[in-house]
Amino acid sequence: MTSDIAAILAIDGIATGAVYALVAIGTVLIFTVTRVIFIPFGDIAAFTALTLAALDAKRFPGTGALVVILACLAALIEIISLARSGELRLLPRALSFYLVLPFAVVGVAWLVMRMDPPLAVRLVLALMLIVPISPLLDRIVFRPIADGTVLLLLTVSVALHFALVGLGLLFFGPEGVRTEPLTSFSTEFAGVLISGQTLLIVIAALVFSGLLYLFFDFTLVGKSLRATAVNRTGSRLMGIRPERAGTIAYLLGSLMAGVSGILIAPVNTVFYDSGFLIGLKAFVGAIVGGMTSYPGAAIGAVGVGILESFASFESSALKDVIVFSLLIPILIWRSLASLHSEEEIEE
Amino acid sequence: MTRLHVQLAAAAAVLCLAVAPFVLSPFSITLMNYIGIYSLVAIGLALLTGVGGIVSFGQAAFVGVAAYATAWVSALNGHSPWLGLLFGVALTCGVATILGLVTLRLQGHFLSLSTVAWGLAIGFLFGNVEGLGRFNGISSIPPISLGSLALVSSKQIYFLIWGIVTVVLFLGYNLLDSRLGRAMRALRGGNTLVESLGINAFRIKLVTFVIAAFLASLSGWLYAHMSRFISPGPFDAGMGIEYLMMSMVGGAGSLLGGVVGAAVVTLLKNSVQDYLPLIAKGASGQLEIVAFSALFILFLQWARQGIVPFVARSLPKTRRARPQPAPPLPRRAQPAPGELLLKVDGAERRFGGLVAVNNVSFEVRSGEILAVIGPNGAGKSTMFNCLTGALRVNKGDIVFAGRPITREAQSRIARAGIARTFQHVKLRPRMSLLENVMLGTYARTRAGLFAGAFRINRREEASVRHEALMQLERVGLGEKPFELAGNLPLGNQRILEIARALAADPTLLVLDEPAAGLRRQEKLRLAELLRSLRADHLTILIVEHDMEFVMSLVDRIVVLDFGSKLCEGAPAAIRSDARVQEAYLGGVA
Repeated sequence: MTSDIAAILAIDGIATGAVYALVAIGTVLIFTVTRVIFIPFGDIAAFTALTLAALDAKRFPGTGALVVILACLAALIEIISLARSGELRLLPRALSFYLVLPFAVVGVAWLVMRMDPPLAVRLVLALMLIVPISPLLDRIVFRPIADGTVLLLLTVSVALHFALVGLGLLFFGPEGVRTEPLTSFSTEFAGVLISGQTLLIVIAALVFSGLLYLFFDFTLVGKSLRATAVNRTGSRLMGIRPERAGTIAYLLGSLMAGVSGILIAPVNTVFYDSGFLIGLKAFVGAIVGGMTSYPGAAIGAVGVGILESFASFESSALKDVIVFSLLIPILIWRSLASLHSEEEIEE
Repeated sequence: MTRLHVQLAAAAAVLCLAVAPFVLSPFSITLMNYIGIYSLVAIGLALLTGVGGIVSFGQAAFVGVAAYATAWVSALNGHSPWLGLLFGVALTCGVATILGLVTLRLQGHFLSLSTVAWGLAIGFLFGNVEGLGRFNGISSIPPISLGSLALVSSKQIYFLIWGIVTVVLFLGYNLLDSRLGRAMRALRGGNTLVESLGINAFRIKLVTFVIAAFLASLSGWLYAHMSRFISPGPFDAGMGIEYLMMSMVGGAGSLLGGVVGAAVVTLLKNSVQDYLPLIAKGASGQLEIVAFSALFILFLQWARQGIVPFVARSLPKTRRARPQPAPPLPRRAQPAPGELLLKVDGAERRFGGLVAVNNVSFEVRSGEILAVIGPNGAGKSTMFNCLTGALRVNKGDIVFAGRPITREAQSRIARAGIARTFQHVKLRPRMSLLENVMLGTYARTRAGLFAGAFRINRREEASVRHEALMQLERVGLGEKPFELAGNLPLGNQRILEIARALAADPTLLVLDEPAAGLRRQEKLRLAELLRSLRADHLTILIVEHDMEFVMSLVDRIVVLDFGSKLCEGAPAAIRSDARVQEAYLGGVA
């Protein structure tokens, strides 16, 4: 391997890693606030790419129908749970959030779509359509078992991923998509050609991580999320609703996953089931950060990207085997590094 | 319901299974075969996840290792499928042992995540290794033959599959009711509990893990030779979660639940495949996985317990006979009264900059009750954890019965003769009083895996039962030995913990805040019990908060304050010591 090839592989790896980093940060965000290890984030990223591709092809994406169905389900569950607790007076508010808002988003997207919008608007539409999915899934799937063990939540999360893969095939079909590049700019650095897309990916990752940092440190909502992450009961006593914090975390997380999906779509062909590997690799990165540290997760994810890039040069067939085998030593290191109190398992 | 009823029901079930292939259609027999094959994996998961508390997403990979191993031996190299079985089982158990050695020290969700990792990695290997047919798989795998009879038809292999399932269930239930099985059932109580009983938790986890992998390998062998063709598909991560689902639907922790879960999931999947096309034409394949995952999520939300435990609750309780007298278990040689038993010399424990225990020294002599007291944050619990091996001291030495235990593992300290109880009671609430106390005898007995599974441990088991009953009677809980421990009030749970500790035949009994949370009457009873134990020449060390409880009971007191030893002496002297009064009351009262 010459130094030229190594440089190309490294740049390639950093770009892939930056995409993973966005998803990894979202994963950490969700985990710290809700204790859910949200495996389906990769699917959200893949769905965004598929949504954008459908918009590019002037088709209304299946995401719309998915959001409508999930919104109806969430609203139904909300009605039932409010009726059970005798709090039907809260119904209008709940319905406006779980039913009207998602419908409005889909409606707006549908209307704007007909005006044949430019790329920038299509990007916004794709993100708009994708962002409601995770909060709705949270309401339907995770809220009823929010007090369960991390393991239970993880099991449910894995099952949810499989459901989403099936839905993905149903709503987007089996064809892979590759969207048009966001930029045709390219530059040369130290003798190696760097495409504008690569630069864009890295810049986007940096910008979004930076924004998240500002959000957490300088806004009250961000601080309330951090408080929930540290202690749910304690923050509840301070008037923070963990459910609301969870919803915000899911919104933010899926925004990051959506951005990563948009960034990866011009580089790799994305299928309805591509999300699993994106999600898991991001997740390997998140574990490097101990599932709690954002910079740790980002560094870990970039590391995974670089490793994958070099591994696929050595043996493209076994690159995934190599990446996942590496997870085990990382897990052992993390487990030794984190002093946690012993958790007894639910009877 | 008596034991006889259970045996009759089991015999009837076996009979039904034996007759089934002569009644059922060929299609149903094939379905039954799949159920049997999946059951084996699900039974393994019931042991691993339900009993042991280790959630594994990767069992499908073990099935695959064995299936590919036997296919490689028989289809690609032309040897007998029986050689394939040997090779498959050996390879799978070998892989499981290595993975277990590496990962089983991980905790909680880290461990489960590692199963996702190796499950995926192994799954990817099948499709990518040269010489295993890549994604086309391996075809023309020969059938299993018994002598000259080749098991080609589904009816023929039916008997082999369900024969194996029956034997596995029988041995599995025997195992769960043995010394090793009880240790497995204790795993969910956490490492500290298990180790405090002198059980090496890691070893038990490893054994459980390898047993589950062994059952998966049997399943893989049967699968390869029944379908006669294998490809990576059935061993991927999706199947891994399906196995987990089977064991959870049936009732994690119930071996029979594995079979029931496999049957329910397989039949449900089959009918979903039948009916979904009627609802949504052309999209059935996609909807299948959606419907399936949605059902699983609903199940986890609403009925986490599973089918078998749910049904079992509505059945009448099994009546069991009180344990009969049996030869006693061997006892430890006890030191002479007054002899030096435990010596703590200059113990120091730091947490970062905080010195929780600072240069503490004291001695415990055989036959006395010594209390370590002190206000909140004095370092009592840290001292206690250092004594029992849950924490290591940074400096200083601890010598027990002439043997340094400063750096020993918890389970080895327990085996040396220090038995403990917990401030926050650690019992197995779903096990009976008797079984909880039987756990205490683990270090005094030796029956292993095979002795347990094949019931050649009967004499030892009888002694263990009798010993446990005697200890229950000794502490005054002998009336209802088959009551579940979780049903006892807190005071009696504390006393049950003492009975469990006594069953280990300890030289030194260490009690962590035994009076915390007890009502006055319960405290008096506890004090009475401890006095009677002292009369039996047992040495007791109490870490306690409750002055009143301690003063009237113990022989000597060591007072800790801010991590250091304040003073030491008889209760009356401690009561009048100005320093102690200041520590407790913030000034001379």
